[in-house]
Amino acid sequence: MTTQSETALVTTPAPPVGTPRHHIAIFVGLLVLLLIAPFVLYPVFVMKVLCFALFASALNLLLGFGGLLSFGHAAFFGSASYVAAHAAKVWGLNPEFAILLGVAAASLLGLGIGALAIKRQGIYFAMVTLAFAQMVYFIAVQAPFTGGEDGIQAVPRGMLFGIFDLSSDFTLYFVVLAIVMGGLLAIYRIIHSPFGQVLKAIRDNEPRSISLGYKVDRYKLAVFVMSAGLAGLAGATKAIVFQLSSLTDVYWSMSGEVVLMTLLGGMGTVFGPFVGAAAIVTMQNYFAGFGAWVTVIQGAIFVASVLLFREGIVGVLAKWLKKPL
Amino acid sequence: MFELLGIPPQALFGQLLLGLINGSFYALLSLGLAVIFGLLNIINFSHGAQYMMGAFVAWMLMTYAGINYWWALLLVPIIVGATGVVIERVMIARLYHLDHLYGLLLTFGLALIIQGLFRNQYGVSGLPYSIPSELSGGTNLGFMFLPNYRAWVVVASAIVCFGTWFAIEKTRLGAYLRAATENPVLVGAFGINVPRMITLTYGFGVALAALAGVLAAPIYSVNPNMGADLIIVVFAVVVIGGMGSILGAILTGFGLGVVEGLTRVFYPEGSSVAIFVIMALVLLVKPAGLFGRTV
Repeated sequence: MTTQSETALVTTPAPPVGTPRHHIAIFVGLLVLLLIAPFVLYPVFVMKVLCFALFASALNLLLGFGGLLSFGHAAFFGSASYVAAHAAKVWGLNPEFAILLGVAAASLLGLGIGALAIKRQGIYFAMVTLAFAQMVYFIAVQAPFTGGEDGIQAVPRGMLFGIFDLSSDFTLYFVVLAIVMGGLLAIYRIIHSPFGQVLKAIRDNEPRSISLGYKVDRYKLAVFVMSAGLAGLAGATKAIVFQLSSLTDVYWSMSGEVVLMTLLGGMGTVFGPFVGAAAIVTMQNYFAGFGAWVTVIQGAIFVASVLLFREGIVGVLAKWLKKPL
Repeated sequence: MFELLGIPPQALFGQLLLGLINGSFYALLSLGLAVIFGLLNIINFSHGAQYMMGAFVAWMLMTYAGINYWWALLLVPIIVGATGVVIERVMIARLYHLDHLYGLLLTFGLALIIQGLFRNQYGVSGLPYSIPSELSGGTNLGFMFLPNYRAWVVVASAIVCFGTWFAIEKTRLGAYLRAATENPVLVGAFGINVPRMITLTYGFGVALAALAGVLAAPIYSVNPNMGADLIIVVFAVVVIGGMGSILGAILTGFGLGVVEGLTRVFYPEGSSVAIFVIMALVLLVKPAGLFGRTV
C-alpha cells in the first residue's frame, strides 16, 4: 500500500518519551471505577464488558498499531473458549490452567493463520483472516468435542489455585478484573516498547521500514500471535464466567462485533476499545428483547462511524484535549 | 453400470452437478466483486446481502404483484442495481480518498442493516419460490437424472459470465472501463465522466449479485441469511483466483465449485473446508492468487 499518513487507516501523533502522566491517571481512575462497579451494577454484566474490552484491545493492538485489519478474530476468541471449557469440564482442570490452555491454543492457531495471512496486505489480509475464521467455524460445527449446536454447557467455574471458590459472582469478578487489567497493561507495555515503535513505523510506511533493515514479516507475525493470544485470554475467561462456550463465539458476526467495538471506541487509541466494548455490550443488553434490531443498530453504528467519525469516541476526545489517549 | 473408484456414477455425477451449480454462484458473485474492485478499489462486503435481496425481490414480485420468474430475471437486477447506485452516490463515494479498508467496513455495516431488516420482516425460516413451469421436471441422461432447472442455472450463469467478460474485454465501453481502472485521472481528462462510470459499475456489480439471487431462489429457500455464509466462501474464491482478471474470477469460481463437489464424494467431512484448505495452499505457493498480479 502506498497511501501515506494523510489517508492511512490510523494516524497517531508521535508518542512522548516515558509514560504520560494522564495515562497513569486514567488507568488508576478506571481501576477505582471497576472496583466500585460490582457494588452498583450486576457483576456478570460488568464481567462481560471486561472480557470484550480485552478482546477489542487485543484486536486494536493488531489493527490500530500494526495496521492489519483482521476480520477473523472470533477464531481465536472462540477456540480458546472451547479449549478452556473442555479443559475445565471434561479434564477437570483448575480455572487458571484451563484459561492458560485456551491462550496457548489461540496463540498456536494465531501462528498458523498469521503466517499465511501476512503474505497478503490490506483488504486481502482482511478476506484471508475472515475465510480462515470461517474454516475454524466449520470445524467447530463438525468436531465432536465442541458439542455442535449445543456448545459446551455447564462448565464448572472451579476453585482458583484450589483455594478461591469462583462460583460466587463476587469472587469471580475480582479475578476477572485482575486478568483483564493485566491484559490491558500488557498491551499498553507492548505498544510503548521499542517493538511497538517498529510496529507503528511498519504501519505508517512499510517499504521504508524494510529499507531500514527491519524484518517486517517477523514483526507482523509476532504482533499477530500476541493479538491472537490476548483474544484467546478474553475468550477463555468468558467461557469460565458464562460457563458456556458456543458457536456464537467463533462465528463471523463475533469478528464483526469486535471490529465495531474498536472502530467505535477509536482505532489506535489506548482506551478506545474499552469504551467501544462498554458501549456495544450495553446496547446489546438494552435491546436484547428486540430480535434482529440489534444487528440493524450495529450495522447503523458501523456506517455512521465510517462516514461521520472515523477517529472513534476516544479519538475525538483526544483531539479536543490535544493529548493522545 | 460402470463404477469409478468404488463410487456409483449417480453419486459422482450428482455431486459434480451440485458442484457446478455452486460454482455458478461462486463465479457470478466473484465476478461482481472483481468488477467492483477493479474500478472502485473496495471489497463489496454487502455483496452477499445484495444476492439475498435479489432472491427476496423476486419472491416479492411473485407474491405481491404476480410477476413471473422470467420478468423477475430482468426486473430484479434493475431494481436491486438501482439501490446499489443510490448507496454508491450517498455513501461509498465519500470514501474514495481514504484507506480502502473503510469501504470494507462501510459495506459490512450495510450488510448487517439489510440482513437485520429482512430478518425482522420475514423471520429466518425461509420462503418457498417455485421453479417456473417451463423448467420443471428433468431429463434422463442414461447415467444420471438431470433436473432441467439446474441445467438452466449452469447455462444461464455461464452465458452471463462470458457476456460480461466479452463486454469488458472486447467492446469500446469495456475499453473505457479498463482504461479508467488503470488511470482514472487521464481518462477523465479525455472527457469521460469517470464518477458516473464508477457509479454505474457498482450498480452493475450489484445487479450481477441480484441476478445470482434470482437464479438461486428456486433452488435454495429464500431466507435472510442465504448470502451471509456464501459471501465468505466467495471471498476465499477471490483470494485463490486473484482479482486481476475477469476470466480468472469466472474460471476459479466454476473450478472450485467442482472441486468442492468432488470432495463431497470422496471425503464428505472435508467438503465445507475444502475451499479454505485450497486457499491456504495457494497462499503458500503463489500468494498473489492463480490469476492475480503481484500487489
